[in-house]
This record gives sequence, C-alpha cells and structure tokens, in this order.
Amino acid sequence: MTRPDAPKTHPADDKGRLTGRSVARREDPRLLSGRGRFVDDIALPGMLHAQFVRSTVAHGEIASVDLTAVREVPGVVAAFTAEDLELTDITAELGRPRSEFVPTAMPVLARDRVRYVGEPVAIVVARDAYAAEDGLEAAKVRYTTLPPVTSENEALAPGAPLVHEEATRNTLVDVSLFATEGIDEVFDAAECVVHVESRTGRQNALPLETRGAVAHWDDREEQLVLNTCTQVPHQVRTVASRCLRLDERAVRVVVPDMGGGFGQKCVVGREEIAAAAAALRLRRPVKWIEDRKDALSASFLAREQHYDVRAAFDADGHILGLDADVVCDMGAYSCYPFTAGIEPLMASAEMPGVYKVPAYRVRGRAVTTNKAPTAPYRGVSRPQYVMVMERLFERAARELGLDAVEIRRRNVITEFPYTGVNNITYDPGSYLESLDLCERLVKDEGWYEKQAAAAAEGRYLGIGYSCFSERTGYGSTAFAQRKMQVVPGFDISEVRMDTSGAVTVTSGTMSHGQSHETTFAQIVADELGLELGKVKLHQGDTDRVTYGYGTFASRSVTIGGSAVRIAAAKLGEKLCRIAAALWETEPAEVELTRGGVRRKDGSDPAFLTYEELADIAYLRAHLLPRDIEPGLSATATFDVFNDGTFSNATHAVVVELHQGTGQVEILRYVCVEDCGVAINPQVVEGQCRGGIAQGIAGALFEQVTYDAQGEPSATSFMDYKVPTAHEIPDVLIHHLETPCTFNETGAKGAGEGGTIGAPAAVLNAVNDALRPTAVELDHTPITPETVHRALNLEPTS
Amino acid sequence: MTTTPDNLLLLTLNVNGEEHEVITEPRRTLVDVLRHDLRLTGTHVGCEHGICGACTVLVDDRPARACLMFAAQAEGARIRTVESLADPATGELNDLQRSFTEHHGLQCGFCTPGFLMLADGFLAERPEATKEEIREVVAANLCRCTGYQTIVEAIDSCATARRAGCAKTCTAIEETACS
Ligand code: FES
Ligand code: FES
Repeated sequence: MTRPDAPKTHPADDKGRLTGRSVARREDPRLLSGRGRFVDDIALPGMLHAQFVRSTVAHGEIASVDLTAVREVPGVVAAFTAEDLELTDITAELGRPRSEFVPTAMPVLARDRVRYVGEPVAIVVARDAYAAEDGLEAAKVRYTTLPPVTSENEALAPGAPLVHEEATRNTLVDVSLFATEGIDEVFDAAECVVHVESRTGRQNALPLETRGAVAHWDDREEQLVLNTCTQVPHQVRTVASRCLRLDERAVRVVVPDMGGGFGQKCVVGREEIAAAAAALRLRRPVKWIEDRKDALSASFLAREQHYDVRAAFDADGHILGLDADVVCDMGAYSCYPFTAGIEPLMASAEMPGVYKVPAYRVRGRAVTTNKAPTAPYRGVSRPQYVMVMERLFERAARELGLDAVEIRRRNVITEFPYTGVNNITYDPGSYLESLDLCERLVKDEGWYEKQAAAAAEGRYLGIGYSCFSERTGYGSTAFAQRKMQVVPGFDISEVRMDTSGAVTVTSGTMSHGQSHETTFAQIVADELGLELGKVKLHQGDTDRVTYGYGTFASRSVTIGGSAVRIAAAKLGEKLCRIAAALWETEPAEVELTRGGVRRKDGSDPAFLTYEELADIAYLRAHLLPRDIEPGLSATATFDVFNDGTFSNATHAVVVELHQGTGQVEILRYVCVEDCGVAINPQVVEGQCRGGIAQGIAGALFEQVTYDAQGEPSATSFMDYKVPTAHEIPDVLIHHLETPCTFNETGAKGAGEGGTIGAPAAVLNAVNDALRPTAVELDHTPITPETVHRALNLEPTS
Repeated sequence: MTTTPDNLLLLTLNVNGEEHEVITEPRRTLVDVLRHDLRLTGTHVGCEHGICGACTVLVDDRPARACLMFAAQAEGARIRTVESLADPATGELNDLQRSFTEHHGLQCGFCTPGFLMLADGFLAERPEATKEEIREVVAANLCRCTGYQTIVEAIDSCATARRAGCAKTCTAIEETACS
C-alpha cells in the first residue's frame, strides 16, 4: 500500500458526501439516447471488414488452405493465412515446473493443426461484412482429421489422442497444493463422511455485445491504433506488440463503451490481433465484429468442471476434513494472461471458503480437449466449489439429522482475522450475521409455513441456502502466489485539475457496465469536495492511462478506486500547499473544504476556490514558491500486499418444482450481502442482481455441449437458452457493511458474488423440494428432464 | 424503390421523421442500413437472428426486430429509433429514459435502446399495462447485466407516472369544463 504520510486532506465539511449514496449514473444520458460509442459504432474512412475462415473439424492437420477463389469474390480485398501474416504465437505461462504446468502456444491463425471447431484459419477482408461472408464460402481448406477428445474423461483415458503433443495425458496443469498430514486418519475416525461428485456445464459468459475490433495505422503518431472491447487494454497492447513485432509504444489500444464482458473479454483473443495484422498489411482500417454464432460456439467459454469431494464430520456436524479432486476442462488452449491454471488454482486455494476446515487435501487439474478454449468467467471456479461445499454441508446435515442452516452456523468462521488450512488469511466479514439475517428474512416472509402447506397439497416447494465469501482486491502478492508470469495487482491513477478547476481522473481499470464513471467520480468528488459533474474519468486508452490491469476479479473499486483516492488526496495536498504558500502560512493551517481551500483560523481572506488556485498554478505560476512545481496533477499507485479482502453473502432461494413439466420455478430470492463500504448502493445492487441472474442461468438453463465429433451444440440463441425476465425473479437485497481496513475505499469487490451464490442456493432448494423422492441432484444445469424424472419415476419414500 | 443496373436499390426511408435516400443491396438488413449507412448507431445488434431484441425499433409505431427486416421492406413505413426519444433541441431525456436512469435499469447499456423502443411501443399501445404485463413484454428482449428487475420497475414506474399525469390533465380539463 502506498499512502502519503501527509495529514488526511478530506474536505472539512462532510455534508453532501457522495460515498454511500445512490447518485444517478454519469454514463446514463449517452447510453440512453443512443450516443454511446461501442466498437461497432466506429467507422473510419476507407475501412474494410474482416471475417474468419474457421475450422469445421474439431481436431485435424491442415492439409491445404486455398484462398484463390476467395480473392475473386466481388468485394473481397484480401485474404490471409497464418503463413502470409507471419505472426508470433500467443503463449501464456505459469512459473511452475513442467510436471505442474505445460504452456501451449496459441497461433493467431491456425498453422498446421486445428484443435476445435471454430478455430480461425484465415482472415478475409472485404468492402463490407456481407462481401467478407461471401468470401468465406469460397475458401477451400482441407483437413486430415484426427480423433477428437471431447470430454475430460476421454482426455485422461490412457492412450487418448493428444491435443498438444507436449501435454502428455492432455494435462496442462496438475497441482496438489495442500495435503494436511494425517488427513486419512481424520477420515477414518470421523463420525460421518459424505461424498459429492458434481459436474457443471460448459457456459458462455455471453456479453450482449460480441467481441470486436477496429484497427488502423496512424501515420502521424507512427502507431497501430487498436480499438477493441477488452477488459484488459494494457495486456492486449503487450500481446499485440509482441505478435506484430512492434515496440510497445507503437501500439495504442483504445476501448470505447463496452457491452459487457464478464471475463470473456479479460483475455487476449486471436481475432483482434489478426485484424490488426491485416490493417498493417493493407494500410487501411480493418473492422472485425464477431457474429453471434461465433460468439456462442467459437469464442472463449467457461465453467466446465468436475469435482469429486469427500468431507468428514463429527457427530455434532463440525467439519473435520476435506479431500478434493478437481478437474477443469479448459478446451484447446491456455488463455493469455491467466493460463489454464486459473480455474484449478482458484478452486484448490479457496475451496474451504467460509468454513473452519481443519484438514485439507486437494488435487487440481486442467485438461485440454478439442473444444473452444476457456476464459475466466464471473466468479471463476467459486460458483462450482461453493456449490460442492454447500452440497456437502446439506448432505451431512441430513445424515446427522441437523438443520441445514444450523450446520452452517456451527462451521462458519466467526473470529477474524482467520488463517485457514489453505494458508489464506481472511479479513473480517459477516459470515454468521448474513446467514442469520437471511434465514430470518425467509422466515419472516412465512416461507417455511408455505412450504409445509405446499407439502400437504402434494406440491414440491424447497428452500435452499448458500453461504460464501469471495476473495476480491487481489494485489500482486495474491496473484504472485499463482506463479503467473504476468502478475496483475497494482493500478496507477492520475488526477489532474485544469485551470477551470475541473478534474480528469485516469484509471487502469476498465468499466464495462460497472459504473466506474460514477463511482470513481464519487470517490474523487468526496476527497476534494467537488461536485460530481466536475470529475471526469478516463479509462481504456493505453496512451492516456499510464498502466493498469483492467477490470476483472472484482478489483476495480478495491484496487483502482484506492489508487484514484490516493491520487486525489495528493492533489488535495498540493492545493493546500499552494494556498498555504500564498497565505504565507503552514499547510497544517489550511484544509480542503467544498470547492476550495480554507484557512483554519478563518482570518482574511479565509477561502480560495479551486479555480483561483488552478489559475495561479497554471497561468501565474510565478506566484508559486520555487519548491512547488507549476501545474496540478498527482499520480498514485495502489497495491495490496496481503491475501486480499473477502466480500461475503448468504443467498436463499425458494423454488417450486412442477411435476408435469419438470420445470423449476423460482418463487423468491433473498440476498444478504456484505461488500464493505458500498460507494453507490444502487450500483452494488445492480451487480448483485445481474450476477444472480447469471448464476441462475448456470444452475438451470445454459450449457454448451459437444457431440462425439466435437461439434458444439450452441450456435444460436435457439439452442442456448439465456434466461429472460420470465425466468429471473425479483431479488430482495439486504446490505451489511464490514469495511475493508487495508484499502482506501473500505470497499470489497461486488461484481461476482451474485454469480457465486446462486447455483448453490438453487441446487440446494431443488434438493430440498425433492426430499419426498429418493433423488439428490449434484450437477448443473438442472434440466427439466432430470427434475421430471426425479418426480415421476423415482419411488417416493 | 428503384433498381439500378448493379442490382442496387434506391430506397427512401423515413426515420425519426426525416426522409433518407439510400442506395443499397437488396439483402441489406434494416439494422445495418440504420447503423452503418445512416450512422444512427443507437440501435444495436446482439444476435442478428431475432432473439435478443437489441435491434428493436418502431416500425409504424410497433416494436420490430430491425435485424429480421430488409431495409427494402421498411420503405413507406415510419421508423423510429432510440435517437428519437430525447428532446431533439435540448437533448433532454424523455420520461421513459429518465425512469431507466432512476431505477438503474441499465448497466453496460448495450441492450438499453432495444428495451426503450420495446417499452415505448408497448406503452403507447397499452398505457394501462400492469407490472405483470410489462414483465411479459420485457421477456421479449435479452439483457445480460441487470437481471431485468430494474428494467421492469423503470417501465412500470414510467407507465404509472404517465397515468397519474394523464389523470391530472383529465381532471384539470374536467374542472375547467365544470367551471
Ligand atoms: S440483433 Fe435483432 S434480435 Fe438480436
Ligand atoms: S445492460 Fe448490459 S446487456 Fe443489458
């Protein structure tokens, strides 16, 4: 943490503070009137349009690529193969021994081999997108097919075909991070051992705006300008400069408005690099906009994991040990910068969650298959392992005859800081309080009575809970533990005041719906005592923003917001120093107040406005003492050097199962969340609701399956069910507030909790409703077919 | 519509009350012509196959998927896009747009123009719509960010306010009539 030693320079007058208030969003007027600018809204003179020839086979050698006919299609300007473009591969690395990690080089365009249906093989550039599509049809690519590997079981089977020759047994990551000594004895001696074997479906993060890019060479700046919708602009710049062999300063990545990302856009894609390469070749702007078919089937997917976990309990329901085997199907390549390690490492490190687990053993693996590669998706592994943990507790409760909430109560961490068996130190949270409150809200609404009444009528009503924490505000230290070769963590921010007293803030984070323009402005406005309208945020331009790691892992307000606040505080100090110098007094004798600096003793003149100070700092700098530099700007870096902070929540769901259709209807959803200080509660609630909707989607609806040939099932919204307002219920949200003590905003991340909590709560509720049957479900998505079978075929007890 | 030798069409489209002449291929969709030829980029594309509703515009006052229509089919119709909602002179948002911001009915804002036009068309037809009816209509479009609740609330609150406003005006008129 870097915090200037200077005295706090908060505006003395705290009235009108914006932190904690649901102020209206600054981004809304343009988005509501159609004046937002998304990547596909960019049009440049002479711009061409790109589409990709994509592999039609899941696994094969490329025998030949013939683009002659493509180049003759009317409107087509050029078509390039990997050979034509001579690009360096994209390779993400973990600093682990080969026995633990095998890197995979992902060529920008496939060279000799294709490894999934949809893999880009050639780029076609044409006058417009229609002509480019015409061009695709004329491409002749011949493959020598190889047997595809389409599941993790197939991948791990002895003698399986290899997706990458270097990854024997198709294993990219194999780590055993923890193994408490004597854990087998713990299991032998336990009163009760429960087992959960759980699979979660392959999902698509599915931002409504598909991926896309517009690239051109700027002769005047001698720069490739790459407009692209990414959550990680600086990392895209690094990869683009390496692949294209340009100095990094010769690449400028600019991110316009973004229609969501959810992790799918926090990794570097191949298409934006290929589009940039084509723009360089042709010296003309090139646009690529992913269509929905490609976005569904050939973009980065997520979530497909398999858990085999046992838990030991004593007779009172205290957990004694946890023994887990986690296998994640990462698809064909490791994503940059996170690598295929992201999911197994996250699951391995954090599985014990909110519970006091004394003994722990885990093996985490990432396997490679002939499916579209995966990227982190909102929650990363936590939706899955929380689901498994919550199933284990429910199962133990049943076996031991305990109440499902009571068993959690006996096991959640209540004393902080708490260092777990996973060597992670949890900062204070409200694990027990959120659980108690959530249960009370459900009880107060009479759901237990309604459940009893429904049972009497032969209806299937169930109530399910999930209790979890989520690590957010990962600094460099926490990421370094993963041994990533690109270690995200810090963020840099600059706050600059112009001669009119208006402020421009930069941040290395990248909002794509999280309202940074508003919440970051709230932070700065409070720090300096300014009106919200006086603060403008700049993100997503690598030429404008010094450096940053973008937005993912709920890091924006915790890390980026802290950097913003410190920079604002430094600027505040400078303003105080200038005022003090002009008044020939000490900085300690002055303080910030709303709109300016005032003298504490009130002597005349008692107040200088920011406009007056800025006027002097820039236009009459000769009035400044020599030791104060002209101009008004301050830069700050923020990082976290411990295990990060933990948001927490309890979710409760009431469902009814319909015997005729097998449909799961959600009757009520209650969420008690604690993300520390909520800078803008309405924004936090929006994040919760949106996250919960995506969690429900994973629990009940969405799945990309593959057939034996490796053909993906989801190529349109006809075969990939995204829930609508019909399926997503209203959510009651209650806030608790346990501020983070080691960042500058007191905030804990709020972006992912909803998605993490929902699948577990839904699955538990469904199982609660299924009590009259002999069936317990542990897999998601829970299809109507499964429920129907459970309700109609299984013998009732 | 006129056909040129290159199999291009000359169309006249009435968008937001203005007539536009466009020379285009017959296969070009309405949304592409609006976005790329007329540069009215407020209308978005999320799927190009009629499911997500991001491209919703009003065609003769009714919500329509602009990705499912060829531009040629819209000749002679009155088309309205999201750009028509705010006051053209001042840029001031209309009551529906304001309601969206008040209820935090948008996050990334990509789906928003589609929902606004859907709601605008629907409320014009059914000003007395109940919240349940609104929810049902909202289910025609996809949003990946909000979880829908705040969108439904925004539209419902706008409808309620419009009715209250209308009731006031009606009472005022009656009172004037009485006096
Ligand atoms: S773009 Fe028209 S419905 Fe999706
Ligand atoms: S606000 Fe992002 S898709 Fe609806």
